[in-house]
Amino acid sequence: MKPGLAGLVASDETTNSDFLNPRSEIDGDVAAVLDALGRDFTLVPEQGSSLTQAKLAPRRRTWLDTFDWRLHRAGLLLEYVPAHRGGELRLTARRSATQDPGENENPSMNTAGLIAAQPVAGWQSVRPHLAGDLPVGPVTDHVASVIGPRALLPLVTVSTDVGVTRLLNEDAKTVARLLVEHPALANGSVHPLSPRLTIAEVRGYSGSARRAARIITEATGFDPVQGDLLTEALAVGGRQPGDYTSKIDADITASMPSGQAVAVVLLRLLDMAEANVPGVLADIDTEFLHDFRVAVRRTRAALKLFGAALGRPADVARFAAEFKWLGDITTPTRDLDVYLLGFEDLARKLKAAKPDDLEAFRDYLRGRRAKEYRALARALRTMRFRDLTREWRDKLTPLTPGSPGGAGSKRPKAPGISAATLAAETTRKAFVKVARMGGAITPDSPSESLHDLRKRCKELRYALEFFAPLYAPSSYGRVIGDLKRLQDCLGTFQDNEVQIREIRSLATAMQAVHEAPAVTLLAMGEVAAGLVDGQAAARADFGRRFSEFAGIEGQRRMSALLRGGLNADLRHVQH
Amino acid sequence: MRIYATYNIKGGVGKTTTAVNLAHLAAADGLRTVLWDLDPQGAASYMFRVKPRVKGGGKALIRGKRTLDDAIKGTDYDNLDLIPADFTYRNMDLLLDTDGKGGSGDAEAGGKTARKLGKLLAPLADEYDAIFLDCPPSISLVSENVLHAADVIVVPLIPTTLSVRTLEQLTAFVAEFRGRRPQILAFFSMVDRRKKLHREITETLFPESAQVAVTAIPYLSMIENMSVERAPVTVYAPRTAAARAYRALWSEIQQLQELASGHRDEVPVGEN
Repeated sequence: MKPGLAGLVASDETTNSDFLNPRSEIDGDVAAVLDALGRDFTLVPEQGSSLTQAKLAPRRRTWLDTFDWRLHRAGLLLEYVPAHRGGELRLTARRSATQDPGENENPSMNTAGLIAAQPVAGWQSVRPHLAGDLPVGPVTDHVASVIGPRALLPLVTVSTDVGVTRLLNEDAKTVARLLVEHPALANGSVHPLSPRLTIAEVRGYSGSARRAARIITEATGFDPVQGDLLTEALAVGGRQPGDYTSKIDADITASMPSGQAVAVVLLRLLDMAEANVPGVLADIDTEFLHDFRVAVRRTRAALKLFGAALGRPADVARFAAEFKWLGDITTPTRDLDVYLLGFEDLARKLKAAKPDDLEAFRDYLRGRRAKEYRALARALRTMRFRDLTREWRDKLTPLTPGSPGGAGSKRPKAPGISAATLAAETTRKAFVKVARMGGAITPDSPSESLHDLRKRCKELRYALEFFAPLYAPSSYGRVIGDLKRLQDCLGTFQDNEVQIREIRSLATAMQAVHEAPAVTLLAMGEVAAGLVDGQAAARADFGRRFSEFAGIEGQRRMSALLRGGLNADLRHVQH
Repeated sequence: MRIYATYNIKGGVGKTTTAVNLAHLAAADGLRTVLWDLDPQGAASYMFRVKPRVKGGGKALIRGKRTLDDAIKGTDYDNLDLIPADFTYRNMDLLLDTDGKGGSGDAEAGGKTARKLGKLLAPLADEYDAIFLDCPPSISLVSENVLHAADVIVVPLIPTTLSVRTLEQLTAFVAEFRGRRPQILAFFSMVDRRKKLHREITETLFPESAQVAVTAIPYLSMIENMSVERAPVTVYAPRTAAARAYRALWSEIQQLQELASGHRDEVPVGEN
């Protein structure tokens, strides 16, 4: 079987000569395909360019997605196709890579269905586009909610030469088209990709298209293409769809020495932090900073919970302090981002005031954000930051498995403890802390007790997430779900409190610089009142959320989860 | 979405050739176009090389048990699809008249049964900019449905005194519609300049009528050849007088719409 019968394709001014002038190793095979098809259909080369072809197979296209692959994860493909006048955004349903060919009547057919198309004028492929920058249209309607605050970035551009042959029935009616595609990566230099054949269906003649695809498969041994053109184009640059995720997904096992496992997790967190730095420095969208901060916060939690497994406590403490610095310098910008991201919601909830009343507040927030961001960007460009990441990597790398002279030679302090044991012990301790602290909270407890509990919950959450690969997915999912709901409740409680405090200080600050119209201050007062209500609701919800997570049943679930992780280790020992 | 119908009570006046060529020109202009061949003889389907057969049967289609979507066939031309003819369309009057109250003589003229076709077409609005209906020659519930559904009725007229009368009848009939009324644009078809009567009628009888197009389609063997070529004349002979004439007619239809847009209701119908 030869690979090459594809699902997607492109168009151009095409003649049969494409097949006759050998351009690659598949041209001989194309002749065999034409021979086989010629027995059932009359074959005619398509003359000139045609819109139908252009739709089937654009001559040039640039795929777009967010940095964290939100469209890909939602099963969508978005491409920009330049045209003579303006261009077009096209949104299609992604063919699932895991789709069983049996599920689909004909895997070789063009099954990537168009969901929406939208003309765009003056589109600049290289520029990131936030949902708010997109022109009004059906594609924007579809993608806006999927991408949220993230920007669409160009992934890769492919240009394609296509030869088209029409397949005619006994009435000389076109019932299908054979497209022979020669795609090439067009990001600066040209890099040819595998040629592909596609049978394109004519509406109302799916039977003929299926027959043609079957003839090709049976007579010439072409196999349906696995994966789409985007995947292949990305692979040239060593990438693949979905290759960035903010999940930890570290490559650890239950029986691994604990020091190694911790180093692997921390290295993964460092990768994640570094991957987001260019996006933060270019200020592409707010989520680069968010993900960067998450990686930093997780690193700090890991150092606190498992730092001892790395040995040399003084060293660990130094890095912990440096990561705290990173957390601190990024906090003001993020807090303002959160305010601005939720601004529309705040404005919508106003009852007495008009949404426009808050505009001066928004302008002020934007100004403050710009200032804080400049300070943050300066910090990320310092030697201190570069040294920190370099030294941290240098420290962790030798501790990971597979590094030359690494894990084996530099043994951590507790060499006997496996990853599973460390995970179980630490997580159990963290859970007990949460259960005790939460159990002691009564309706009269001060806010601080909930804030402290929130911090302990975060640590517990990270402890669970770092070692997620050790646990059974179903019980892990349940525990994490309950914990997440408890954290959301605590988060709302605290975030609202912080925002109430902030809005008061912001109002004072705005007045000090004479940027506070009376209507804006009134509206801000109303916003604060709404936040108080939200905080009270979260507080009322706390008891239920806590007992779901840490009540008797919750405790049993946690024990079972941790036992499962340990058993995985034991099974490994018995082998 | 605009619905165009080619209609004449008489047969053999050039309805189908007009529908086929105009639909092709609309599609070539970039409009997403579909032509519904309502004539059980299936001449339009033949010209597009599509078999006159509707998947699942034309009966289920008209009765609304299957959607038009399933019946649509792609033609060989960009932007142009076809809903083929089906032999069951010969009984379309009965199929449309689901209430069993009788045909166009229905006491409630312009009632539900006369508007069924329009309802079937409504779901196509998202997908198409232009729908062409090629009607069988008759006055029946089918034609009444077509007249109600259409925005523009294109009427080919052979320049004879008698056929001119049919335009008056049609105009009067449409004038009685309650609510929305279609625009009517007649044009002289199969005009043979060698015939004195043709010359007289085209030049004198309707020199200034707003309802009659300036463009006339001449009698040309190139147009007759459509059934041999099985393609629109605008495809196989795009630079001939025949293709030019259809292009002129299509642009006249578009101008008529531009004039009418915005004040549709005030367009005088049947006041010639």
